[in-house]
Amino acid sequence: MTTAVNESAPGGAARQAAGLPRLLPASPEDLRGHLARYGATPYRGRAGALIADIEASGLTGRGGAAFPVYRKLAVVAQARGRKVVVANGSESEPASRKDELLLRLAPNLVLDGLQLAAEAVGATEAHLYLHYGSTPEILRALAERASRGLDGFGVTITQAPPRFLAGQETALVNRIGGGPALPTFQPPRVSERGLGGAPTLVQNVETLAHLALIARYGPRWFRAVGTDAEPGSMLTTVYWPDGKCRVVETEIGAPLRALLSSGAETRAWLVGGYHGTWLPLPEAADVTLDHDSLKRFGAAVGAGVLVALPADRCGLTEAARVTGYLAAESAGQCGPCLNGLPRIAAGLAELAGPGHRKQTRADVERWVGSQNLVAGRGACNHPDGTVRFVRSALTVFAPEISLHARGQCSATNRRPFLPLPDGMPTSEDDWT
Amino acid sequence: MSGTTAFWYASRATGIVALLLLTAVLVLGILVNRQGRLPGLPRFAVTSLHRNLSLLAVAFIAMHVFTAVLDTYVSIPLISGVVPFASGYERLWLGLGAISLDMMIAMIVTSLLRGRMNRILWRAIHLLAYLSWPVAFAHSIGSSKDLQQGWMLDMAVGCALILVAAIVWRLAHAARQVPRAGRVAAVFAQHSAATSGATTSRATSSANASKQTRRTRETVKR
Amino acid sequence: MAETLRVNPIDCTGHGVCAELLPELISVDEWGYPIVDRRPVPPALDREARRAVAACPVLALKLMRN
Repeated sequence: MTTAVNESAPGGAARQAAGLPRLLPASPEDLRGHLARYGATPYRGRAGALIADIEASGLTGRGGAAFPVYRKLAVVAQARGRKVVVANGSESEPASRKDELLLRLAPNLVLDGLQLAAEAVGATEAHLYLHYGSTPEILRALAERASRGLDGFGVTITQAPPRFLAGQETALVNRIGGGPALPTFQPPRVSERGLGGAPTLVQNVETLAHLALIARYGPRWFRAVGTDAEPGSMLTTVYWPDGKCRVVETEIGAPLRALLSSGAETRAWLVGGYHGTWLPLPEAADVTLDHDSLKRFGAAVGAGVLVALPADRCGLTEAARVTGYLAAESAGQCGPCLNGLPRIAAGLAELAGPGHRKQTRADVERWVGSQNLVAGRGACNHPDGTVRFVRSALTVFAPEISLHARGQCSATNRRPFLPLPDGMPTSEDDWT
Repeated sequence: MSGTTAFWYASRATGIVALLLLTAVLVLGILVNRQGRLPGLPRFAVTSLHRNLSLLAVAFIAMHVFTAVLDTYVSIPLISGVVPFASGYERLWLGLGAISLDMMIAMIVTSLLRGRMNRILWRAIHLLAYLSWPVAFAHSIGSSKDLQQGWMLDMAVGCALILVAAIVWRLAHAARQVPRAGRVAAVFAQHSAATSGATTSRATSSANASKQTRRTRETVKR
Repeated sequence: MAETLRVNPIDCTGHGVCAELLPELISVDEWGYPIVDRRPVPPALDREARRAVAACPVLALKLMRN
């Protein structure tokens, strides 16, 4: 397993001139260092005051859905009665390491953001939802803040189970509420009715860190990097063909080529993690890290997982491995997902093997070819994301499928590349 | 049998019909849950019959109560139809009848309000059916000399046996159900069983495909 | 006011009653689960749609305002 390292992308001087990095200090920063660098938490003194700045900044969620943050804040702020805010640090995507690193290096920035968001929406209850087996830095940060009386109210920590769906908003609310991390049907959205029936603001920890900086430096500062449509910077988890994994903060709109290798040593790119999209090379070599550029290939930024698959690995085999994992991680609550995903995974595994039945390829293409068969008919978007991942794999690795049908493979290295956890969930306890 | 009137006959007759209808309603309810079919009828017929017969059964019970009240040979106050043990005549057995009817009324009212109420609460009240029927059965046998002998007793016992068989069928399915956390593994297993043995590199014939489809319809979630 | 049919896929166990009563808007996939037309319900089918919603044994089918 590779260790995530905070490291500047090539072109260090240019990045510093552009004002990066913004979020990640070189080493873990304790409360004293945080206060020395940023000063005290800039509370506004009343609910709703921060929301206009967030709207002007154009900040969108960094958890994968890229939903405009000010809209979520406004919905919860306008609700009456008890309200809750949750910092989502569960990082359920196996290939993503950015939230883990952020929480280790700059926990106070995240906790500032959580308190500021709580003030903005008028919440009286705050939670932190953490990845299974998280490090104790966050506990230390909370204790330090408590002893200094920095926070409006205490933060309750809940541990997420190591499930792919654990970070989904409704699953998160269920888990924090004491039940299993299983999604529920929406409407109502959690921002209308969430934890204990109260309107609940759920934000990714990176989003809250950006929010904490915008509260200090303002929307214009935030917009100094990035594009007009998608301003700001984001953390990406980058995998190079040599197997090294780095967390890199980059401005939105940066060329993928600056972050990922695209030369002869790279077979294809994966953008957006395991619900993301495979990009063919060299056709996609000029793509930039923004919505419009990626849309041309049916891709989206997601939670910033970027992978350069080495040329010596088989993309089809890797896709089949991941799809098997995604199928095993289905909550099994909705007929189309429960029945579709395992069958798609088994089909893809057969395509990745030596020789396959014609019916298998036709079946898999049919199951992933519609937006209203397996995709689009679940309570959450797990089947949608999985279908997108598989569809792009079938397109990008089509030549590989033909090779495998003849019992051949263009890869020379059989070692698995994409990181996956061991073991399939088998009992209810695996979801709590 | 001096003093028996048309009302008394009507009360006994409507009571017997009600018992038959209630048996049918419960069996149909189990059939709905098990997604069973009635031969030659569409799926919605099962749910429709279940709901309509339940209303018909209550209508017959209403007539059963009214005619018993109207009969002057014994004095049965009207409220004893829904208030248990309010009748001087056969206090216990009529009381059981009232209890059973109260449960049915609760089931019907909650079903009419189903969209607006908590699902778990609705289901809990609906499960009272399994209590309501035996109580009605006890009422039938205990309060009527007719049902205690001869073909009427055979018929009543026959109803009970049919219902028990349906309940056993229902429980057997519940025992076979895969828990949620095991469903995905079950689909993987089902799929590999369905696809093993097929020939390679030739499209399976349409006959094969439809057989597979019918088999895969035995999907795990149900 | 336009309304759309939606199925709560967690509650749905694939009884198939809805598809029988409203074949114009609901079909059944190969595993027995309903595929619902996502467009607003045409006024001519409004009564049938309500009937289908009422008929679902688990109340998984809903009519939602747009």
